[in-house]
Amino acid sequence: MKENELFHAFLVKYAEIGIKGKNRYIFENALCSQIKRALNPLDGVYHVEREQGRIFVEAEGDYDYLETVEALGTVFGVAGICPVMVFEEHDWDTLTEKTAQYVDEVYPDKHFTFKVMAKRADKHYPMTSPEICAKMGEYLLDCFPDMKVDVHHPQAVIHVELRSKCYVYSKIIPGPGGMPVGTAGRGMLLLSGGIDSPVAGYMISKRGVFIDAVYFHAPPYTSERAKEKVVDLARLISRYTGPIRLHVVNFTDIQLAIYEKCPHDQLTIIMRRYMMRIAEELAVKNDCLGLITGESIGQVASQTMQSMLATNAVCHMPVYRPLVGMDKQEIVEISQKIGTYETSILPYEDCCTIFVAKHPVTKPSLELIENSEKNLVVVIEELYRKAMDSIEVIEVK
Amino acid sequence: MEAYLDNAATTKPSPMVKEQMLKTLCTDYGNPSSLHQKGLEAEHYLKEARQVIADSMKTRPSNIIFTSGGTESNNMALIGGALARKRRGNHIITTKIEHPSVHNPVLFLESQGYRATFLKVDRLGHVDLSELKEALCEDTILVSVMHVNNEMGAVEDLEAIADLVKSYNREILFHVDDIQGYGKYRIYPERTGIDLLSVSGHKIHGPKGIGFLYQADGTNILPILYGGGQQKGMRSGTENVPGIAGLSQAVKEIYENHEEKRKTLYERKWQMIERLLRMDQVTVHGVREDGQNITMDDVKKTAPHIVSAGFTGVRSEVLLHALEEKGVYVSSGSACSSNHPQLSGTLKAIGVEDSLLDSTLRFSFSVNTTKEEIDYACDRIEDLLPLLKRFTRR
Repeated sequence: MKENELFHAFLVKYAEIGIKGKNRYIFENALCSQIKRALNPLDGVYHVEREQGRIFVEAEGDYDYLETVEALGTVFGVAGICPVMVFEEHDWDTLTEKTAQYVDEVYPDKHFTFKVMAKRADKHYPMTSPEICAKMGEYLLDCFPDMKVDVHHPQAVIHVELRSKCYVYSKIIPGPGGMPVGTAGRGMLLLSGGIDSPVAGYMISKRGVFIDAVYFHAPPYTSERAKEKVVDLARLISRYTGPIRLHVVNFTDIQLAIYEKCPHDQLTIIMRRYMMRIAEELAVKNDCLGLITGESIGQVASQTMQSMLATNAVCHMPVYRPLVGMDKQEIVEISQKIGTYETSILPYEDCCTIFVAKHPVTKPSLELIENSEKNLVVVIEELYRKAMDSIEVIEVK
Repeated sequence: MEAYLDNAATTKPSPMVKEQMLKTLCTDYGNPSSLHQKGLEAEHYLKEARQVIADSMKTRPSNIIFTSGGTESNNMALIGGALARKRRGNHIITTKIEHPSVHNPVLFLESQGYRATFLKVDRLGHVDLSELKEALCEDTILVSVMHVNNEMGAVEDLEAIADLVKSYNREILFHVDDIQGYGKYRIYPERTGIDLLSVSGHKIHGPKGIGFLYQADGTNILPILYGGGQQKGMRSGTENVPGIAGLSQAVKEIYENHEEKRKTLYERKWQMIERLLRMDQVTVHGVREDGQNITMDDVKKTAPHIVSAGFTGVRSEVLLHALEEKGVYVSSGSACSSNHPQLSGTLKAIGVEDSLLDSTLRFSFSVNTTKEEIDYACDRIEDLLPLLKRFTRR
């Protein structure tokens, strides 16, 4: 099938935002601007238009069908994408011929039930909508005897719309769903080089949230390549989330201080508490309303409920953990779907194992951890400030 | 200050190399196979390069095949050589310390029904000649031994190996991976009894993506690339004229004042080793069996440009990145990664303790390396060692 020649427009269906009452226009505007952002890097000229509860994307001249569908599939808020056949001629012969061509190309197997739905914005057209439906149905049955009409539960609905041009569409390609980015505020993602955190960012962004990200860099214990990998991951999810401001914090001195002054089995928990503190301060500075992490209960020692209680105790903001109830395999599947998996498994460590105790605590008590942190009192304030003052910001697009 | 001490990985192309390459990119850009003037001009570069390279090894231009570099030369010698001798036998002898571009083609040949023997080496990385003698058999068709080891600079006795192989059976091919040796040593393959010899351009201040295979007269090997029949059908594909022009220039320069250059390199190496051995818990691999008490005489038996040293209690990757922050660029003996341990086969083969495998760095020099750079690098190592040793996994 030569989709590029067949289709020159896409009808974008959205689900959830249809129910947002008086705020609906905000959601629709956000969706339009996200669609434009997604299409922007592509070759070709697109017109994105809002009309009567739906969005039309029309391609002008040459364009790449597969790339376009893929790009629209990265826009949160899009429930489905219908490729639309567009033509200028309004006469009945062209209309029937083109509709039959559409059905023939899109449904190679003709054993299915259907009905025709017609709309007539052009009220001068010599036939009414019910007439168009009936006649078109007959015509299609003549062309393809294997098809059957079912007006109550059809397997396919063939839409025929007569406006200034004619539009024929039927098949729906599922979109990612969710809400358009920009409709729900901003969140600060703790991004590492692993599999989980990019997925967490993706999932929160799917609820309409703008993403900022923070990465904790510990040279020379982590390499420049490890940092580059995080930038690459941010770039991969930015296809969905839009541009990401990545804050790179030099964490080495804090990590070394913790290593020297605190019990080794608690290193990871105390380290994470400092990461959360820094992330929260950055979140406040950048107008974020919450932190986002890739934690999942029980996945590693620092993600038991006891550990998360200890980590969470330093935060005042909500910490969103979209993966909290997921198995590793489920997370891996999403990362494969969104294209971050291959990068996540590259072998540059984001946290050199020197700082991971061989037998870390799995059920730390909060008092124990708070007591250990007292050992840091003399040095930590200065190291913390130094870390905050030397943050590198990378704009990832 | 910057100190680039990773010249065994790659070297900086010389200014004249760049000039020669620019000429073939901007003016003389023809395809050497074209019949017109532009083609002829390009062909002149090939002719000259073959002559220059042949002269450097006291052989004839017809013995030189241009390749895309060391890896291709090694693959061509091993796979092309083995395929051409399929009927004569199926046994290949090589060593446990070869570069992956030799080791992996041999593994491939094993998967295709050939049989391979991997010779042990001693603590200094030298092949045991008596073991080689025992390994030779009626089925042996190919022996491949490197000249200079890329990880610790061991130098193999090519003449002794060639004598042994050829006196057993003249028909056995003797291939030498000379990627780390060419340019550091004078090498005359015909006199030594070498049939095939691999060289790479970018290890001798030439460009990347170019190298050659020396093929002795009457040595039959099969091509591994098929196509337009360039280079007498031995290596199809339009010749990389800019690369070849650059390589030719690099070869000219590398053997100018050769003895002087070698002397300088040994001085640098000696300086580095002396300083390293003065540091606490540092071992220099492959120069003397005990790793200590090294003399200049010991050093002269190893390659002039490579020092391999183990730093007890420090992860090599961490030291590498810490040095990088100070502008000192070196290589680690192995890739540090708890997920994918890839510890060096060479270091294991010469009997380096397990605890040092992940704590070894390689320093490698070029004629441009200065005394000051070595001092600077050693000063930085001295600063860093006590700091880094405080932090180990517990």
